[in-house]
Amino acid sequence: MIGATQDIWVYLAETPLLWLTATLIAYGIGHAAFTRSGSNPAVNPVAIAAALLIALLVATDTDYDTYFEGAQFVHFLLGPATVALAVPLYTHLPRVRRAALPMLAALVAGVVTAVGTALAVASLLGADSESLLSLAPKSVTSPIAMGIAERIGGLPSLAAGLVIATGIVGAIVVTPLLNLMRVRDWRARGFAVGIAAHGIGTARAFQVNPIAGVFAAVAMGLNGLTTALLVPLIAHLLL
Amino acid sequence: MLRALTLLLICQLLGEAFAVLANWPIPGPVLGLAFLLAGLLILRRSPDWLQDTSAGLLKHLSLLFVPASVGLVQHADRLKVEWLPLAAGVIVSTVAAIAVGAVVFVAVSRLIGAPAEGEDRKA
Repeated sequence: MIGATQDIWVYLAETPLLWLTATLIAYGIGHAAFTRSGSNPAVNPVAIAAALLIALLVATDTDYDTYFEGAQFVHFLLGPATVALAVPLYTHLPRVRRAALPMLAALVAGVVTAVGTALAVASLLGADSESLLSLAPKSVTSPIAMGIAERIGGLPSLAAGLVIATGIVGAIVVTPLLNLMRVRDWRARGFAVGIAAHGIGTARAFQVNPIAGVFAAVAMGLNGLTTALLVPLIAHLLL
Repeated sequence: MLRALTLLLICQLLGEAFAVLANWPIPGPVLGLAFLLAGLLILRRSPDWLQDTSAGLLKHLSLLFVPASVGLVQHADRLKVEWLPLAAGVIVSTVAAIAVGAVVFVAVSRLIGAPAEGEDRKA
């Protein structure tokens, strides 16, 4: 019996099906928990799913490459989903155009704040320079962040991890933080979380309000460009 | 759905090709987004079939970040040593960037006299 179970496990663990299914189930659990909590932002579906899957990988002694062979099918959809952001953006374009000036100001202030405070806090607390260079681009979407980290001497895969952590933190704090600050303009709320927390922040913004979602998507794109230009410069000056 | 997915992939493919050819640091999908937006602006409307598929994809956008999130497991050793500076850096800067971004947006918006949108609703 144990032998048979082991044989099945060995077979399944080798196919992409197992980890693809596990990813969808883990997200399903995370999403159900989020819905049950009355859409409480602290109950973040991505964080729950990632924690469950990491525990499962550690428990079954499975390495990340094996996991990713299955999970890559979900990961792949990030590309077409990014392209699809053009559709809501088109629908709300007149609204976006009218806000060009506030967006530009918030973009510069937000990017400088994100990079500056991250480097200041982490270096004060003793992070090494490889970690700092991986941390600098963490507010942009992961492919851009990985490219920047590589160019300035950080670790691309660590940068990707920090990007994800940033996104989850942003998605969790944005609603209570901006409620506390009494910011009620959906455009400002979405744009701020898009600057600070890229795609995961954008996903959260779309959950809350479509206009916030569109502004978050615009912010994410603009921040990608700004950070790609600005971070190598800041890294060069500071480190 | 098939038509929309094909169109999205074509835009992404054009974006990837363009990014490589022009040697730009911008990822292919972001350029693909720009191409699709340009196409919709030329067409002056977005077809229903495209709207349905995009809405479907974007509804579960967070799911698509799960595989990359699990990648944090690869950095367990570094995180054991440097978890405090990295966690503090991530949390402080994310809170600060959201706060500063929102405040500056609202301030400049008021300065130029544009009306805020959504003041009547609650998050």
